[in-house]
Amino acid sequence: MGLKTPLYDTHVQQGAKIVDFGGWDMPLHYGSQIEEHHAVRRDAGMFDVSHMCIVDLTGGRVREFLRHLLANDVGRLKTFGKALYSCMLLPNGGVIDDLIVYYLSETWYRMVVNAGTRDKDLAWIRRHALDFDVTVVERKELAMIAVQGPNARRKAALLLMPEQQAAVLELKPFFGAAFGSWFVARTGYTGEDGFEIMLPAADAADAWNRLRAQGVAPAGLGARDTLRLEAGMNLYGNDMDENFHPLESGLTWTVAFEPTDRDFIGREALERAQRESGRELVGLLLEDRGVLRSHQKVLVGGGTVAGLSGEVTSGTFSPTLNRSIALARVPKTSQPTVQVDIRGKLHAARIVKPSFVRHGKSLIDIS
Amino acid sequence: MSNKIPSDLKYTKSHEWVRQAENGTLEIGITDHAQSALGDLVFVEVPDVGRALSAGEACAVVESVKAASDVYSPLAGKVVANNDALSAKPELLNEDPYGAGWLFRLQGSGPLDAASFMNASAYESFLAEESK
Repeated sequence: MGLKTPLYDTHVQQGAKIVDFGGWDMPLHYGSQIEEHHAVRRDAGMFDVSHMCIVDLTGGRVREFLRHLLANDVGRLKTFGKALYSCMLLPNGGVIDDLIVYYLSETWYRMVVNAGTRDKDLAWIRRHALDFDVTVVERKELAMIAVQGPNARRKAALLLMPEQQAAVLELKPFFGAAFGSWFVARTGYTGEDGFEIMLPAADAADAWNRLRAQGVAPAGLGARDTLRLEAGMNLYGNDMDENFHPLESGLTWTVAFEPTDRDFIGREALERAQRESGRELVGLLLEDRGVLRSHQKVLVGGGTVAGLSGEVTSGTFSPTLNRSIALARVPKTSQPTVQVDIRGKLHAARIVKPSFVRHGKSLIDIS
Repeated sequence: MSNKIPSDLKYTKSHEWVRQAENGTLEIGITDHAQSALGDLVFVEVPDVGRALSAGEACAVVESVKAASDVYSPLAGKVVANNDALSAKPELLNEDPYGAGWLFRLQGSGPLDAASFMNASAYESFLAEESK
C-alpha cells in the first residue's frame, strides 16, 4: 500500500482506477482519460495534487537565499503573491527539480516541489538554508486541488465566501493570495486558465464534492499528462533530471543570467554550456499514424551520421489534435523533420515549437 | 465494469479471444478485460491480409493513451481479413471488444486444442486468480 492523500477515499468512491505514482496511490482516471482531458479543455476539470510538496521558507535573508538556490531570479518578483517557475540546479547544472515559488512577504516565500523528489529536495534546501538562517517547514497538513479549464475559475470561486469571490476572480495569471486558511493561485499545469488551491486537509473532500456539484469533472494523472504535454510543459524525471541542464531541456527561458553578479548554484556550468552547441528539447508531431513514446530513438539528418540521434523524452496521443505528439532531446538541427524508430520501423515526425495547444486551441498547423 | 464473457468463444492467457466462424475461419480479438485494462485506445495496427502467422507470434498492436501492447496470434494460420475500421475508429475496440472491435481473421491450420485455450468459465476463473 502506498501513501494516500486526504482525498483517497473520495477518489475510490467516485470510481477512480488507482495506480502507484512515486509511492503514492493516485487516481489514473475515473473511467475515460480522454473525456477527462476534453472536460479540462472545454469546461472544467479538477486534479488532486496533494501529493506535491508545499514548503514554506521564512527568515530575514530568505530572498538572498532563494537568489542563490534557484536558477530563475526571485528578484524579479516585485508584488506580493506573484509566482515564479524555476529549476533548482546542482553545481554541474543538472536539474534537481523544477518548482513554483510564491512571494508572500519580505520574509516569507512558499515553494511547491514535485512529490517524487521530496526527500532529496528538502535535504538540499535545508542544507543550503543553514547559511542564510532560513527556516524550512514542509506544510504536510495542506491538501492541494488544481481546478483547470475555461470555466474553472468561475466555478471554483463559488467555494469561497461571497465577499471573497470578487477578490479571487481578480487574481492575475501567476498570482496567488490567502483566503483565510486557504491559498489560491492562478497557476496550473494544463495550458488552461484555472486555480491551484492549497487548503487544510480536513477541508479537501468537502471542497472536491462541492466542485463536483458545480460540474467540475474529476480528472486523473492520465489526463494531467496529456494536457501538460499538449501545453509543452516538462515533466520532471522524463524531460529533465540531474543528467541534463536546463539549456538542453527547453528551459533556457527559466534561467536568469542577468544580473551577471547574481551567484546562483549552477551558473558557472550553464555559462560553459551556453558556449557549446549541444542538444535541445524540441516538440515533435508524428506525420504518420501511431504513437510516440518516451525512449524511442530519434534520428536527425536521415540517421546516416553517427551520433546524430536523440530520444523521445515524453510522447503521447494528443486528444485535442488527434495526432501523436512528443518532446524529444535531439542534437541541434536546422532540419524540419526527423525519423522516429517505433518498434523497429522509421516514421517521419515534424519538429515544432513544443506548445501544441493553449486555451483549447491548436497552436500548430496539423494539416 | 462489465463481466460478461461470451460463452461461445475461446480465450488465451494473454487475453485474446477466438471465434469459430461458419466458413472455417477464426476471428480474433482482445477481451473486454484487456481493453478495460488498457484504457481509451488511440491506435490499432492489424496484420496485413496474406501474412502467415505462427502460434504465439506478435502480430497486432493496440495502443491506448497510456501504453502500447502486443497482440499474439493464438494459433498458426494465414490472415484472410483484418478490421480496417479500427484505423479510423480505434475506440470501437473499447466499445464492442467482442463484436465491431474484432482484429483479424485467420485460416487456421488445425482445431482449437483444449490445452491451449480456455472456455468462458475457465477464463473467468483465470481473471479472478490474476486479480488476487
